[in-house]
Amino acid sequence: MERIYIFTRFERFWHWTQALLIITMLITGFEIHGSYKLLGFAQAGQLHTSAAWALITLWVFAIFWHFTTGEWRQYIPSFKNMDKVIRHYAWGIFQGEPHPFKVTRARKHNPMQAFAYLGVKLLINPLLWISGLAYLYYNELGTAGFPVSLNLIATLHTIGAFMMLCFLIAHVYLITTGHTVGAHLKAMVTGWEEGEETPGKTH
Amino acid sequence: MLKSRLFAALTAIILALPGFSAQAADVKLNTTADHGKFKELQREFTSGPDVTKACLGCHTEAASQIHRTKHWTWEVINPLNNQRLGKKNVINNYCISTATNLGACATCHVGYGWVNSSFDFKSQENVDCLVCHDTSGNYKKLPGGGQPPVKDTENPPGSGKIVKAIDLTAIAQKVGKTSRDTCGACHFFGGGGDGVKHGDMDTSLASPDKEVDVHMDATGLDFTCSTCHKAPAHDVVGSRYMPTGKDAGDAHIRGKVNKSNPATCQSCHGQTPHKSGAQPTKLNQHADKVACQTCHIPQFARGGVPTKMHWDWSTAGKLSPEGKPMLKKDAKGHIIYDSRKGDFVVAENVTPEYGWFNGEVTYTLLGDTVSKENGVTLINALGGSASDGRSLIWPMKVMRGSQPYDPVNKTLVKPHVAGNDDTAFWKNFNWEKAIGTGMQAVNAPFSGKVDFLKTEMYWPLTHMVAPKEKALGCVECHSRSGRLDKIQGIYIPGRDTNQWVDLIGWLAAGGTLAGVLLHGLVRIARRKN
Repeated sequence: MERIYIFTRFERFWHWTQALLIITMLITGFEIHGSYKLLGFAQAGQLHTSAAWALITLWVFAIFWHFTTGEWRQYIPSFKNMDKVIRHYAWGIFQGEPHPFKVTRARKHNPMQAFAYLGVKLLINPLLWISGLAYLYYNELGTAGFPVSLNLIATLHTIGAFMMLCFLIAHVYLITTGHTVGAHLKAMVTGWEEGEETPGKTH
Repeated sequence: MLKSRLFAALTAIILALPGFSAQAADVKLNTTADHGKFKELQREFTSGPDVTKACLGCHTEAASQIHRTKHWTWEVINPLNNQRLGKKNVINNYCISTATNLGACATCHVGYGWVNSSFDFKSQENVDCLVCHDTSGNYKKLPGGGQPPVKDTENPPGSGKIVKAIDLTAIAQKVGKTSRDTCGACHFFGGGGDGVKHGDMDTSLASPDKEVDVHMDATGLDFTCSTCHKAPAHDVVGSRYMPTGKDAGDAHIRGKVNKSNPATCQSCHGQTPHKSGAQPTKLNQHADKVACQTCHIPQFARGGVPTKMHWDWSTAGKLSPEGKPMLKKDAKGHIIYDSRKGDFVVAENVTPEYGWFNGEVTYTLLGDTVSKENGVTLINALGGSASDGRSLIWPMKVMRGSQPYDPVNKTLVKPHVAGNDDTAFWKNFNWEKAIGTGMQAVNAPFSGKVDFLKTEMYWPLTHMVAPKEKALGCVECHSRSGRLDKIQGIYIPGRDTNQWVDLIGWLAAGGTLAGVLLHGLVRIARRKN
């Protein structure tokens, strides 16, 4: 059995902190949105704002990390083997077939995954960030001569939040689709991806 | 060392002895004049005007100053729309109007003797100095001319009730600055009784604790009315006829000329009053849309005195089987029906209603067209909207009621209610006669027909400011069906959503969840196979 160290310590710290912050922000965000009452509007608003600043700080470090390590290349989109991956999730997985994509240090994510993460990074995150900062600095924007409708800001922010929620649901499920249910989770905790047992076959 | 300490202690004790400090203690530090020492006031006074003449001997300009004010004329022109307002002209949905009822109403005029149109508004001695400047608490005036009782007087005449004489000399010798008591003697009782009219002003403000009003807190800041309603040349600022909807100016600085209303919150607190707490900046930023009063006056009528919320004149005039006027009271002893006035609803600790307000007030005056068919008639329509840039969201008492009008001429009416004569409603219970007399007195047409229409009157609230710990929490407004549920033109997080975004968003999230669950179930099912 092959073991590859694919998630470095910082990457794991980034991932799990981000996970905690995003879940916190979804819970508090939808309370601010008026979807339910849990912590109270004031507390939800404060926690949401604090979590936002923590996430922004984390992301400054993460962006730095991506560029200095060259890890940003992991998200370069590619259609190579995309058909096989789609076929696997739609059919092969139910037949007990092994995943067609083999994780390597240079390419940690299968093509579908890479697309999804790129979408988060280039679409959902910027949408949430820009609308979120505009939400926080709504009054300052107006004073500075850029009056934007709070309705527009809030609506865009809500759209981003729903997209993030959908991503989170799908993401949490898909981590159970490794060669064992806990394999992907274990990799993100320990950093080590364990290859599938494939007797008689060498990688 | 010990010696010097002993010496210091002895000095302190000697200085503390009465003989040494008596002179210092007697000096009044809040004024340069002790009116009790003035020869002009050391005599008997035979009437109110008699006292005024003595006042004017030194305060030569005081009466002329008063003559220029609303307190004297009961009339003011709103420069924004040229409406002729003031108590002399407006119609409300409490006791309706002054006009022929001056005998009762003008007890609160700052003058002596205004009972009808023959009153001399140029008379200096008819200015009542004492009603505002009494500090003894003993001054009083009788209805029907508003003279102070200098000897024991039966009032009302023929009632057998005796009003004790007051000592004008003692009162005159103790004049001083105005107080919550002197202003309150009239303003707490607007609408004909304690707390009836305003909702945020009643006798609980005579000596309030901090919970009722942080500024007037008698054992704390102890503001008088004039602390905010500063009165240069006797002209008290902060009128309800021309209020300030949005004060965007800075706090007033001593010595710097500033002609803006000094009675607004901002004139002292400025535009960024929140300095501490969880999110002071966020709170300060709310001030671009929300009046200070909206969060800081969580309820009105908070001092234990109920205010009138509804007054239905249409049920007035029902008499007992014996043909006598009736009074009905609720469990707490508050009058809820009076044959002379109709049905009342009174309430304490009332949650305000909210609306945009830019300071523009348009009254429905005598002669303006009104009709029952047009729904509720607004006694005073407030200007304002989310988009005019001059409005804030204000808390208000909304006084609702039903009052008589002329359905043929389609006008509000000024009934003659108070008076000991053949047509006064409170004595004869006949609307046609009462309105006939009232309208004739103001030279207004009256068809002889009487009907009732629903009216609303708006009272933007500004008194009874609660301690900051009692200010509204965010969720009071930031929620569905919260306090600002009916406010239009702005997006309030927690209240507002884009329904399409929410629908599609939840469908997408639910769809994703259903999809992955189904996928997982198939995987589990296949594995068992």
